[in-house]
Amino acid sequence: MPSMAEHANTLQNVSAKDCMLARVRSARGADESSREEELQEIARHLAAHPRGPRLMIEDDVVPAKAIGVVGSMRTRFLERARGMASTCEEVPSANQVAHAVAAYLTANGLPRVVVAWPEFASLDWRAAEIDFASRPVAATDLVGVTGAFCAIAETGTLLLLSGSETPATTSMLPETHIAVVHADRIVANMEDALALVRNDHKRLPRAVHFVSGPSRTADIEQTIVLGAHGPYRVHILLVGSGTGSGDDDREILRGGRHRFI
Amino acid sequence: MQASLRNAQGRFIEGRAQALAGVDFENLRDAAAEIRDRVLRNLDLYLEHFERTATNAGAQVHWAETSSDVNRIVLDIARRHGVRRVIKSKSMVSEECALNDALEAAGIAVVETDLGEYILQLAHEPPSHIVAPVVHKSKDEISDLFARIHRTPRKTAIPELCREAREIMRPHFVSADMGISGANFLIAETGSTLIVTNEGNGRLTTTLPRIHVAISGIEKVVATLEDAATLVRLLPRSATGQSITNYVTINTGVRRDGELDGPEHFHIILVDAGRAKLLGSELQSMLRCIRCGACMNHCPVYQNVGGHAYGWVYPGPMGSVLTPAFVGLENAGDLPNASTFCGECAVVCPVKIPLPDLMRKLREQQVERGLRAKRERVALKMWLALAQRPRLYALTTALAARMLSRLAGKKMLLHWLPFASGWTKGRDMPAPAGRTFRELYREKTRKGVKSDVRD
Repeated sequence: MPSMAEHANTLQNVSAKDCMLARVRSARGADESSREEELQEIARHLAAHPRGPRLMIEDDVVPAKAIGVVGSMRTRFLERARGMASTCEEVPSANQVAHAVAAYLTANGLPRVVVAWPEFASLDWRAAEIDFASRPVAATDLVGVTGAFCAIAETGTLLLLSGSETPATTSMLPETHIAVVHADRIVANMEDALALVRNDHKRLPRAVHFVSGPSRTADIEQTIVLGAHGPYRVHILLVGSGTGSGDDDREILRGGRHRFI
Repeated sequence: MQASLRNAQGRFIEGRAQALAGVDFENLRDAAAEIRDRVLRNLDLYLEHFERTATNAGAQVHWAETSSDVNRIVLDIARRHGVRRVIKSKSMVSEECALNDALEAAGIAVVETDLGEYILQLAHEPPSHIVAPVVHKSKDEISDLFARIHRTPRKTAIPELCREAREIMRPHFVSADMGISGANFLIAETGSTLIVTNEGNGRLTTTLPRIHVAISGIEKVVATLEDAATLVRLLPRSATGQSITNYVTINTGVRRDGELDGPEHFHIILVDAGRAKLLGSELQSMLRCIRCGACMNHCPVYQNVGGHAYGWVYPGPMGSVLTPAFVGLENAGDLPNASTFCGECAVVCPVKIPLPDLMRKLREQQVERGLRAKRERVALKMWLALAQRPRLYALTTALAARMLSRLAGKKMLLHWLPFASGWTKGRDMPAPAGRTFRELYREKTRKGVKSDVRD
């Protein structure tokens, strides 16, 4: 139940809102008679949500699942992801992910302990001699393993959506973030990624995180240092050949997609 | 400081040029300017739409007419939720409000989490650049500062300094009750805030604490996610020369059923504080600004005087327009004159703000409102009187040139000038050579005529 103070606050807020909107209306010379028309024009723009000019990737206009087409998306994605200081590794199928993670941890002198999204629980971590936990990360966890909703070729970016099965903190707190994404999920640009989100989710997830490489800062003398408040390392495991095969793998690598849940 | 600035500007300018190579910048910024104008044309309707969608998603929208209203609203929220500890990711609007002072006065601990802003908080200094706030400070100064305040052995390598800041900050992230962020854009379609960051502090600030407060100017609304995507293609390229920042984060509403992280309360504060009055004025295009900092990176005046010389929150050409607009032309002194009119700021602006034109308009307003110094007005009147009388002008200037030349002596430098002692306090004025241009010209042409005759 709202307290008196809250009630007073609400009233104050309402009047501040009215004053501000009135000031904007008068400043822009708003005309009450054209309001309906303006609202319709806004509704039209929101419904159409047209895309602006963007860098074209050769195969942007071709359906993404066509054979041979993903190849160049894939090349661009890997090149730009590495450009943003992610490391990338191509893995033929999902059942090799655990072993690839183990090899990466060993190569970087990291303990074989990972905290991961639930979608990876079915992989054979024991065979890879990895201590696997699927739970929210703690500030002290060193390695977080996540999937990705999709990946963006233009900028070498991963798109992570928050959700009950895809906690956002897994990619934020640990010093090492390992992301597993299926090659079929590479799209050309941010607009295509947003189209996938619109298609898959009735409403925008609470948090939409575009992640391009490890965190960094250049605040001291404009010298770039990798590892600021987020991960020091982002390692991307790109699963599948990107030829439209491997339905089983896509079933495992859900990345917060609704239609497999 | 000037060496630091030159170094930084070189990197920013080069980085931007590289990031825009192969990109049709004109085409892109035409679209960006239209995206911003579209909303400004119907700002009230877009704000109402934003409030509706944000509220539907579970956020609470507040309206702040002034910067002190912002502080009051934040303190109100803090009090209602019993907040003791606040973490902040970068917000220029909160700098306008001096929000940190207000929080501290209310006994609430606040920690800036952007590395640059954190360093400034320790040093009790304001930012000097909107993207690289600590650009004026050298590594050695920061080493000293950290050693003194953290009471740790003095580190000298930049990665070590960053590691130290990360480790000091972690407990704050985990224990804070409230995270305060700015917003690069507000998305009307979805009621979301969008921030671009590199350090990852923005993601933590908007995810870990149970309360998230986003503070944004009312002009930051864009219509759709796609419109935001177009602007995101320009903002990092123009700011730091990155094709994309490490993180682009879109937050919509509060923690949902079954989610294990994310804030339980999301408050969005929409701030006017001088913005609405730019609408419909000759300065309206300034409201397109997406705060990339390219104008200051390319400004010869900024490079020489640094950000603090601009006297308020926003430096460089965008500051020279925004500051008079927000705090009043009568309080902004020389800012519209802090320009060489080289025009580079307008050339690089990703949303096509004609900054030199806007500064010129502000200068005109200053003159019209009689805001220029009396001495300057008198001097200009005297000059006008002289300039309309060519013979008198020639006589006066010839006399002055000879007098100043004798005053200066052999070194030809004046250590003091009448009516300009403030200027000569810090530097010498090169003296005129003794004769005026007109005298020399007359002599030259006379000789020229003679030589023509001889040949």
